[in-house]
Amino acid sequence: MLKRWLFIWMVFVFTTSVFAAPGKNSIQIKGSDTMVNLAQAWAEKYMESNPSELVAVTGGGSGTGLSSLISASCDIAMSSRNIKNKEIALAKQKGINPYEIKVALDGLAVVVNPKNPVAKLTVDQLAQIFSGKITNWEEVGGENGRIVILSREVNSGTHVYFKEHVLRKGDPNSKEEFAAGALLLSSSQAIADEVAGNSSAIGYYGMGYISAKQKAIAVAKDEKSEYVAPTIENVLNGKYPISRPLFLYTNGSPDNLVKRFIDYALSAQGQDIVLKTDFVPVKK
Amino acid sequence: MRKIKEFIIEKLILLSGLASVLFVVLIFLFLLKEGLAVFKSVAPLKFLLGQSWYPISEPPQLGIMPLILGSLLVTLGAAIISIPIGVACAVYIAEVAPPKTKEILKAGVELLAAIPSVVLGFIGMITLVPWVKNTFHLPTGLTALSGSIILAFMAMPTIVSIAEDALYAVPKSYKEGAFALGATHWQTIYRIMLPAASSGILAAVMLGIGRVIGETMAVMMITGNAAVMPQSFLAPIRTLTATIAAEMGEAVVGSEHYFALFAVGIVLFIISFAVNVTADLFLHKRQ
Repeated sequence: MLKRWLFIWMVFVFTTSVFAAPGKNSIQIKGSDTMVNLAQAWAEKYMESNPSELVAVTGGGSGTGLSSLISASCDIAMSSRNIKNKEIALAKQKGINPYEIKVALDGLAVVVNPKNPVAKLTVDQLAQIFSGKITNWEEVGGENGRIVILSREVNSGTHVYFKEHVLRKGDPNSKEEFAAGALLLSSSQAIADEVAGNSSAIGYYGMGYISAKQKAIAVAKDEKSEYVAPTIENVLNGKYPISRPLFLYTNGSPDNLVKRFIDYALSAQGQDIVLKTDFVPVKK
Repeated sequence: MRKIKEFIIEKLILLSGLASVLFVVLIFLFLLKEGLAVFKSVAPLKFLLGQSWYPISEPPQLGIMPLILGSLLVTLGAAIISIPIGVACAVYIAEVAPPKTKEILKAGVELLAAIPSVVLGFIGMITLVPWVKNTFHLPTGLTALSGSIILAFMAMPTIVSIAEDALYAVPKSYKEGAFALGATHWQTIYRIMLPAASSGILAAVMLGIGRVIGETMAVMMITGNAAVMPQSFLAPIRTLTATIAAEMGEAVVGSEHYFALFAVGIVLFIISFAVNVTADLFLHKRQ
């Protein structure tokens, strides 16, 4: 009889410890698709040196990440844009205090098909192309042909950043919008694929997605400025006009595992990974 | 004891029977509760007839006309493609095919129904989209036409299997009568079988269309999702379903955008409800 009770007790202890484990030794990171590869790389290296701890990373878009943080279904939200006031208010309502940590910089590359002769554009031209005022490649020095605008879906931090800083040039009162005819694709990879196969397409995404199948456009602030290619160097020295900070958001200032992970991300080793995944480190 | 058992089982079955109705009502009430809130900030007519959809701007522009027309256009295209092929396929299976071919065809149609929509969308993206682009010399292959073709594949199994059942349900004496009068096989099919099964075939078509209108994943992947007023089949469009799927993750709970998406859900619900009721009317007419 005693043996049997002992057995049941052991089963109980074992199962509860299994189910209890995720609370203590694992964290969920969710959000920006731009940052997924980066966070995944951090998580892998981090778990290599801390095998007892589990860091799970999923994408979905900055908005998705922040709303998960607000509903307490993740521990860290990745975001490629600042948290909105509306989101902060909502978080406060639910007893969550979003805490912002800047972990890297990202240059937004504007890409076209390598067959497209256009290689440089000004920010103003970009704004006019993406808002639908320039519709033919001829108008910006290319061949005659309609411009196919590719954009990310509205849940993407990249979409929001591009709209605010390129289309609206940082002016909060501007009413510029993406052209209604812009194709909204659900991932950066989908944009990369479409640009690779379509010689009249133009799209934008984080520098990390540039490959030999797309051509990155050199961008100038205005006609008089120098045209600058989206490279790590140019983002670091501030010459490339379309770059943005990448954030991690936590609930309150981080502690325990969350703190250890973020410390790791900001450490020399973590920032080295930032460089390796084609982003720009915040700490030199 | 036996009576009690009988009683309990009866009531349990009754509850199960009522469950689905109850769920539909609850879902509809929830949709209404969340969706109607949007009309506090946008007039219903402006919401339905507005031509710009910029949900995350300040202030948001919430006009869903491009989305409604987008959904209807892809559905129309899918119907044009799938109805003739589907009905012809059903006629062949029910009336013409030898037993062995019939078995193989039926299995094939069932397999087509079993392909997950995301897989069809994926295949469409890789094969169909470049094909459409090159064939019609378009700037992009992500168009309503690509969506219609893939959706036609999804509507086909429904149309074929229900239309086929309708043809089987035509009394044998009709056919025998026609043959006895000297009608050819094709005359019998065209003049006797199809008219006799017409209400069932119409129901099949409506159910197929119902499936197409609610389809999300595949259209989101291959129609380009541009919220413009559709001009032609060869331009990108954005559907009601893709809008909900793409934007729900981001919408801040309780914001206008969030309520607007629920309202889009109501519109979608009403459209597909209307389609299903029509199908039902045709089915009952037959009986």
